[in-house]
Amino acid sequence: MLELPLMPDRASALARSVDTLLFVWLGIGGVVSAAIVVVIVWFAIRYRYGSPANRAMAPPAVQRRRNNRIEVAWTVTPLLIFIAMFGWAARLYVVHAATPPGALDIYVVGKQWMWKIEHPGGRREIDELHVPAGRPVRLLMTSEDVIHSFFMPALRIKQDVLPGRYTTLWFTADKTGDFHVFCSQYCGTAHSQMIGRLVVMQPDAFARWLQRGDVTRSMAEAGAALFRAHGCGGCHGQNSAVHAPPLEGIFGRKIPLADGSFAIADERYLRDSILLPKKEVAAGYAPIMPSFQGQLTEGELAELVEYVKSLASPQDSGNESSREPEPAR
Amino acid sequence: MSPASPPVRDSYLDAGYTLWSWLSTHDHKRIGILFAFSITALFFIGGAAATIIRLELLTPAGDLVSEQTYNKLFTMHGVIMIWFFLIPSIPSTLGNFLLPLMIGARDLAFPRLNLASWYLYVGGALFTIGALVAGGVDTGWTFYTPFSTMFSNTHVIAAAAGVFIVGFSSILTGINFIVTIHTMRAPGLTWFRLPLFVWALYATSLIFVLATPVLAMTLLLIALERWFGIGIFDPALGGDPLLFQHLFWFYSHPAVYVMILPAMGVVSEIVACYARKPIFNYKTMAMAILAIAVVGFLVWGHHMFVSGQSVYAGIVFSILSFIVAIPSAIKVFNWTATLYKAHVMFHAPMLYALGFVGLFTLGGITGLFLASLALDVHLHDTYFVVAHFHYIMVGGAVMAFLGGIHFWWPKITGRMYSDGWARFAAILVFFGFNLTFFPQFLLGYLGMPRRYHAYAPEFQVLNVLSSAGASILAAGYLLPLVYLLWSLRRGAVAPANPWEAKGLEWSTQSPPPKENFRQTPIVTEAPYAYAPPIEVAK
Repeated sequence: MLELPLMPDRASALARSVDTLLFVWLGIGGVVSAAIVVVIVWFAIRYRYGSPANRAMAPPAVQRRRNNRIEVAWTVTPLLIFIAMFGWAARLYVVHAATPPGALDIYVVGKQWMWKIEHPGGRREIDELHVPAGRPVRLLMTSEDVIHSFFMPALRIKQDVLPGRYTTLWFTADKTGDFHVFCSQYCGTAHSQMIGRLVVMQPDAFARWLQRGDVTRSMAEAGAALFRAHGCGGCHGQNSAVHAPPLEGIFGRKIPLADGSFAIADERYLRDSILLPKKEVAAGYAPIMPSFQGQLTEGELAELVEYVKSLASPQDSGNESSREPEPAR
Repeated sequence: MSPASPPVRDSYLDAGYTLWSWLSTHDHKRIGILFAFSITALFFIGGAAATIIRLELLTPAGDLVSEQTYNKLFTMHGVIMIWFFLIPSIPSTLGNFLLPLMIGARDLAFPRLNLASWYLYVGGALFTIGALVAGGVDTGWTFYTPFSTMFSNTHVIAAAAGVFIVGFSSILTGINFIVTIHTMRAPGLTWFRLPLFVWALYATSLIFVLATPVLAMTLLLIALERWFGIGIFDPALGGDPLLFQHLFWFYSHPAVYVMILPAMGVVSEIVACYARKPIFNYKTMAMAILAIAVVGFLVWGHHMFVSGQSVYAGIVFSILSFIVAIPSAIKVFNWTATLYKAHVMFHAPMLYALGFVGLFTLGGITGLFLASLALDVHLHDTYFVVAHFHYIMVGGAVMAFLGGIHFWWPKITGRMYSDGWARFAAILVFFGFNLTFFPQFLLGYLGMPRRYHAYAPEFQVLNVLSSAGASILAAGYLLPLVYLLWSLRRGAVAPANPWEAKGLEWSTQSPPPKENFRQTPIVTEAPYAYAPPIEVAK
């Protein structure tokens, strides 16, 4: 009955790196705080009031010089240690901010108080996230209401999940098993019930799992149906009379915008273009697209995004390398 | 200990015995006492909320109170402890009482403004307690949007209004202190002869004046979005939820230094007195206080490493957070060095001060863990953060507050308390505190998120330890209430300077007369001019 774990499960290479960082910090912190406590206790006892300890001091000029040197020493030493530790932790963070190419995308929608998860193949799950071991997985996350945060202690990562935009989180789990998923950003009444399970499976078991359950169509197929139902093809279709950007192969490209800047056509850009079409208008096109704000759920938006992603360009089909790593987490 | 009446009947306490004489006073000493009464009352309300929280967390299941009640409890605990206890604690009680005494002035520059700050505090407290009585607030003390503006259906506006009003109390106190320190120092009291407590109050006042208006605006924006649906923070209305976090932490991170800087000042006074030595490198200590106040304005983004702000912002805020720790580290080293070749005495205030140094060190070092980007991604919003800021705010600020109350109690009340009981309470608080909050570091690394009403069973043992510690801590906090109040009737009459301390406040009678000094003191020496070391070496 009495469980007293001191370290959480470790299910990725990153988790091991973060633990190493922790242990080094514990070492530095332990040595420094122990030294301070020992010195305080030692001084307090040796120089207690009335003790016979020698309290002879150097002449004031000598003292002043020595004190200044001491002060500089214990300003510069921590500074150097801090810079080293900052650099190490920042490097780990920055390296981990860029999703490696070829990551498996999974969509996560947070809402009070559950996690809705959809795999590109169309398999959906609630409060559970099944992933294959050994392959990078990228979560594309958004919220339908307040801010949540997707936290997997065994992987040592979390990311806030915001309404109105995508945030991403990627990892490569390397240990099969069940691990905790917690919502770590306070989100209202049942915040502590917004918990789930990360299930890391062998790749072949995962492939079988993806096929099971009530899977009728992939996200891209569902997106294609939505594309037709909302009349998107009326403008974006190949034979359309309206001058609208063609969507084939647009995903991952660098798009020149009307204001002279550029945007990468990633999931964020596609989503924003559906909801806020006047925000980043592609150069050479009139800002005539209506907003679909309020007409699509987050799940439907994700399906449309998957559909656009699935549209290969006529000339360069399947060009993975054009996709640049995510600049932001 | 003979029950004797004070020999002098001409102190500030004798300036009037009616309730009205207190409620209409312009005397900074009486206003300090008014603040002391009010913040103590609020501390025990906030403490009661914490007690129920710790009881609930004894078991993994949420079985003592409902989840909604739990959310309201931790919200009220945070709101009350931060805005109605910690922020005003040292500045408005000890600061108010001591600042004019320490600089040889008759009062603060604006005595009526000072009384107004107390009334504003009471007004704010009534709003917030009103929100509590009317059914509570469930947003957490951080009021994160869009939850607080569009989703919570509790009394957000009433609670925010209380915080808004109490903010003006802080601003007025800040202005008053700044003007007083600039214009009312006794002849000879140059800036580098000021006690470090005065330096700390000065830096704190700058933060009050510069940061608090941002909080007021932020709360006003919350009200605008909640009442009128004006899209500021909610993306559904075209707003940006991260804007709120930037505005909120731009105030709330400097507010952390509002809580800790005065505590550092108090500790410097106590350590110098009971070590019988000047503080090691006094000027660096004063500059470190200012450095913390200034750099403290530039680190708010370290609360947002996983919020979705850019990687580059994360890097900048991370390095700045490391830099702000340097002056704090210097202060810890200098307090320690002050004990070298000292004559250390172990009165209760010294035990609190030494306890402060230890706990603040631990709180500071764990703050560096959190400033480390990759580590914070794991630790953010877990119990590790809860443990870290309680080490700073309770292990730091509250320990120093208690130390300061004990140190200046004879000056304030004219009575001596029992040093034995006081030392016992200090030790109780120290051990109770560590048992309460140390296990929370482990819980945090294990992954237990904060603000959880129910938790996974493997977290139980550490939670039970924490709750056990909390009961010891509670005893440690209740004990001083008993022996300090007892001393008012039964304590020995205090001499003007029972600790033979330096500083102008000890040169006048205990308790001081209404006008503080019979004649204006003239300062001729450096601060902390304790008896010089015995002999000079060759």
